[in-house]
Amino acid sequence: MAREPDVRYLQGNEAIAEGAFAAGARFFAGYPITPSSEIAEIASRRLLELGGVYLQMEDELASMAAVIGASFAGVKSFTATSGPGFSLMQENLGLAVMTETPCVVVNIQRSGPSTGLATKPAQADVMQARWGTHGDHAAIALCPCSVQECYDLTVMAFNYAERFRTPVVLLADEIVGHMREKVVLGGPRGVEVVDRRRYSGEPEGYMPYLAGEDGVPAFAAPGGPSLGRANSSMHDETGFANNTPENATAVIRRLHDKVYNARSEICHVKEYMTGDCDIVLISYGATSRAARAAAMRAREKGLRAGCLTLTTIWPFPDEAVARVCRRAERVIVPEMNTGQLIGEVRRAACRPDVVGLNKFNGLGIDPGEILRKIEEVRT
Amino acid sequence: MSRAYTRFLLGKALPHFWCPGCGNGIVLAAIARALAAAGLSPTEVVVVTGIGCWGKADDYLNVNAFHGTHGRALPIATGIKVNRPELTVLALMGDGDCATIGGNHLLHAARRNVGVKAIVVNNFNYGMTGGQYSSTTPGGKATSTSPFGNPEEGLDIARVAEAAGANYVARSTVYHAAQVEAYIREAISAPGFGLVEVASTCPTYFGRLNGMRTATDMMKWLRDVAASLNAARDLSEEERRRRIVIGKFCDRRAPDFNQRYEAIRRVARESGFNPGVVNIGR
Ligand SMILES: Cc1ncc(C[n+]2csc(CCOP(=O)(O)OP(=O)(O)O)c2C)c(N)n1
Ligand code: SF4
Repeated sequence: MAREPDVRYLQGNEAIAEGAFAAGARFFAGYPITPSSEIAEIASRRLLELGGVYLQMEDELASMAAVIGASFAGVKSFTATSGPGFSLMQENLGLAVMTETPCVVVNIQRSGPSTGLATKPAQADVMQARWGTHGDHAAIALCPCSVQECYDLTVMAFNYAERFRTPVVLLADEIVGHMREKVVLGGPRGVEVVDRRRYSGEPEGYMPYLAGEDGVPAFAAPGGPSLGRANSSMHDETGFANNTPENATAVIRRLHDKVYNARSEICHVKEYMTGDCDIVLISYGATSRAARAAAMRAREKGLRAGCLTLTTIWPFPDEAVARVCRRAERVIVPEMNTGQLIGEVRRAACRPDVVGLNKFNGLGIDPGEILRKIEEVRT
Repeated sequence: MSRAYTRFLLGKALPHFWCPGCGNGIVLAAIARALAAAGLSPTEVVVVTGIGCWGKADDYLNVNAFHGTHGRALPIATGIKVNRPELTVLALMGDGDCATIGGNHLLHAARRNVGVKAIVVNNFNYGMTGGQYSSTTPGGKATSTSPFGNPEEGLDIARVAEAAGANYVARSTVYHAAQVEAYIREAISAPGFGLVEVASTCPTYFGRLNGMRTATDMMKWLRDVAASLNAARDLSEEERRRRIVIGKFCDRRAPDFNQRYEAIRRVARESGFNPGVVNIGR
């Protein structure tokens, strides 16, 4: 049944919170930090209303741990933080990977290192979102560039977390988190919500880490007929420790492959004017708005510029980047850091000549700067 | 259903990995007996462990289990318990797990009075990593990182938990196995945060480095060093510090986190979820 569209004027952080609830999240644990605190504030109110639970933990280590505990108990759960808190979450992000516990971590990026230019925008946690926790692991990270995407990608983040039973990082930035725009909640057909596959066989036959064909095991919540078991140590299908080299190879391979084999499903990009472009701007998050404006202004000046906006940055959308770069003479990667995702672009495109436009002074990149870069590189 | 406590133990996982003379097995059996006495079924129980020798206890328990990260058993257990209050959630932690790396979580789990039951095996050192000193190693004792004596004083876990607001706190030793079981049973049936600290033997490290080479030596030490709460009242502060005071430190009935959260939810609902109209003494 078609519904009236629920149109609102919201801040990015508000849209993230609403997206989480629309996706079915009923538990939030966090520790306040600007520029993410609005999400906690909204969760503290809305979860009372929705029958969920809000917990303000003693730190981000505890927040991440509580989120994992809640999800192990069968409740969709999330946390929101910024740089310093994201650092504290890293060990238990790995715990969620290893125990295959779905959850969403929102990082509204701010400038670092350390307290840095608190609380000015940055995009400098790109590599931390990929490799911040120790050990080999896959990662999924999505970057919203509008308030609408804050909502939509939060729903998507929960859906991927549930579908692949892995933590998903919503890697926003202060600009997007704090901007206000029109947003349509729910959509005409409602929100498409994915829930983790549940075990339905004989209780005694349940093996917590017996993977299906897609590499993802079925879930059984504690309190039901089967016994649930999660294990941070190397384990086999039974959930009990198994340290043989063969088992370790199989488990690490499966944890990687269940995400990487689904790259075509997970990797989303948006293309603007790339059909005929000589110069392509590859960007993500707030910076991609400036890139689009710059490409438009370049076109007015007769320069054929186009944009590739990366919605998914992990796994890196290799194919789309390679395809667009193949057609373009020059490739520019503007980002609010000293050059993080540019390395991936160079690798995927096999092009060492990709140029960066890097800003790390607490100010966003504006279209004029990108336009100047376009004019500079076109010769 | 069988009332036998063995239904909580995983016979096929035995023999266990602990050293001969380690106190962990005594506490494991006490937990299984207490769960059976409480009339629970394995599916109603969740055990959360950290990392350490005692942190491997979930390998031998036939219940729902979450083997987590070092020091974080309490917040993981908190996430489970607040969402599924009907489950019995135990956090099994060593002294390192509970009071050192996870010390902050202990304070706040107790303060929050979340209905998790912490079963802490205090062997006064880090068994798993080779017997280094912990936050509970008494001052002056030898460990592998304090070969000439520990320059720091040990923390009194039970008293810290009591002061931080836990509903139920008791301490015993593996020498007093029946008392350990009784305390765990009481903690399970009490509302709110419960903590049972069990002073234990680590003959492999703490014992060997402090003149107690065998399990028997360590058991005798626990027998002699233990002082009941009553007996401890007549001791000087200095004397008390050299003893292990055992007994029930508190048994309060304060509403737990979930009860208080639901009370707040009722207030919020009555206000139409409008904080502006709620009178909370602003
Ligand atoms: C973050 C982190 N730091 C250090 C370790 C290494 N480590 C594993 S167990 C342990 C100490 C265990 O001591 P305790 O909790 O008292 O348990 P016991 O082994 O004595 O039973 C340490 C330091 C770890 N696993 N994780
Ligand atoms: S090292 Fe100590 S604590 Fe660990 S199993 Fe051996 S005796 Fe027990």
